[in-house]
Amino acid sequence: MRFYGTELAGGLMLGTAQYPSPESLAEAVRAARADVVTVSLRRESAGGRAGEGFWSLTRDLGVPVLPNTAGCHTVREAVTTAHMAREVFETDWIKLEVIGDSDTLQPDVFGLTEAARILCEEGFRVFPYTTEDLVVAERLLSVGCEVLMPWGAPIGSGKGLNNPFGLRMMRAHFPDVPLVIDAGIGVPSHAARAMEMGYDAVLINTAVAKAGNPVTMARAFRLAVDAGRLARDAVPMEERDMASPSTPVLGKACLV
Amino acid sequence: MSLSVLVRGSGVAGLSVAAELVSRGVEVTVAEAASRPGSGASRNAGGMLAPWCEAESAPQEVVLRSAGAIDWWERFVPGVIRRGTLVVAPPRDVRELASFGSRTSGFEEVGAQAIAELEPDLAGRFAKGLFFGEEAHLDPRRSLAALVSFLERGGARIVCDCPDVPPGVFGRIVDARGLAARGVLTSLRGVRGEMLVLRCPDVSLQRPVRLLHPRIPVYIVPRADHVFMAGATMIESEHEGGITLRSMSELLGAVWTLHPAFSEAEIIETGTCLRPSWSDNVPRVTERDGVVYVNGMYRHGFLLAPDCARRAADLVCGERS
Repeated sequence: MRFYGTELAGGLMLGTAQYPSPESLAEAVRAARADVVTVSLRRESAGGRAGEGFWSLTRDLGVPVLPNTAGCHTVREAVTTAHMAREVFETDWIKLEVIGDSDTLQPDVFGLTEAARILCEEGFRVFPYTTEDLVVAERLLSVGCEVLMPWGAPIGSGKGLNNPFGLRMMRAHFPDVPLVIDAGIGVPSHAARAMEMGYDAVLINTAVAKAGNPVTMARAFRLAVDAGRLARDAVPMEERDMASPSTPVLGKACLV
Repeated sequence: MSLSVLVRGSGVAGLSVAAELVSRGVEVTVAEAASRPGSGASRNAGGMLAPWCEAESAPQEVVLRSAGAIDWWERFVPGVIRRGTLVVAPPRDVRELASFGSRTSGFEEVGAQAIAELEPDLAGRFAKGLFFGEEAHLDPRRSLAALVSFLERGGARIVCDCPDVPPGVFGRIVDARGLAARGVLTSLRGVRGEMLVLRCPDVSLQRPVRLLHPRIPVYIVPRADHVFMAGATMIESEHEGGITLRSMSELLGAVWTLHPAFSEAEIIETGTCLRPSWSDNVPRVTERDGVVYVNGMYRHGFLLAPDCARRAADLVCGERS
């Protein structure tokens, strides 16, 4: 699947926050064979280049960087952060987060669509962190987004895919739009499930960074993403309510 | 003629190396760029000697190298308090306790009654906790001052306002300048930390208390006279400006959660500093061009200064024999 013209075949994006150290982050990125790393700018920058030390470490990971606007609560903050991200990382990619509630970290979809409109007009390639709401998704596409990043569950919750019905519907509704599960994935089986559903990628941060062994967990996620995608390519069987015997019942002794 | 050693920097790393050297009979000069010793990042430390708790996010090496740290501090400074660490979580985040416990050792699980016995002021506030009985804490500022007076008593010379090498003949140089050494140690980075100091006559704590939260873990360390230090943020930024409103709100919210009586506390100080850090966040003692570098203390300054001091002193003294 191509994301704004760039092939990201591996289906695994890694966030860079909360690792025990930059060294363990780098090892996790290698173990995950991550396609992309996301980096936050808002809190680290203090309005300037104060985060440069860490940002240059992420640039050295050898993986495309998708800067994000994590921690932004308003359209203006998000737009300003995106401008800075373009300058710092020399990319027009931006993972757009506009947070509506500081406790649940739910996206503010109203601010999100407005910020997405402004940034798309300015030529940014916007990766919006959104919900599985189809109307919001349509609006994001109509203002120029070509990728959607619905949540699985609230950021950092590790709850997995909270609304599989809604996420399946989203996949069916937008068969040609690259879709990434952005938040809430806790264990590799959640990631495998998302890929089996036909999602193009998953974005993981807390589940790897806060694991007892981030590097081993990164590898587990790589295996799960590969397994889920292989399963999807192999066309899984449909679920049934009844058992389906693989040998005929007819002709067997009937012991009542 | 006895060995004369110059120690550059008078944070916890520099002063600890100097103290270790003096205790081994070495003639020491400490050169500090600022106008008084111990005025950098160490001043804002928590002062927890908590290797078992740190294992939650630190590699095993940090735990191993902290062996003997509490004894070392007791040898050199008064006021080391061995009463352990209490770790609690609000009801909503109680699962964080299981996660914390699965990454650490050296604790016992405690219920409401044991918590009330350990910390009477927290009685009835937390149903479950973890008690790390072997840990200790100290007051960083008093301890740095105590190291300075130990050095002075031992005949060491402390030169302030001295960013360069002071005049004199030195057999060896130990460089413990933290981020000021990044001209040589180019891969050092600063990790921003923010803290608060509160005075709250209504609350007494016997030991450091850590309040777990998935995003905003906070510790509160009691000092003398109902003064408490609350910290500390960990931000990948080298911004040195004052504490942000967000960080302060998060820290204060956590302190309030620990005990509502903190709502009447007086905020007597806020502080920010940059922790010098290597990419693995583990302090290093290295030797280059005849200079021994002690740096990258990260958030383990007081915990690992004894280990670094011994290693640096071994390098310095080994050269002599």
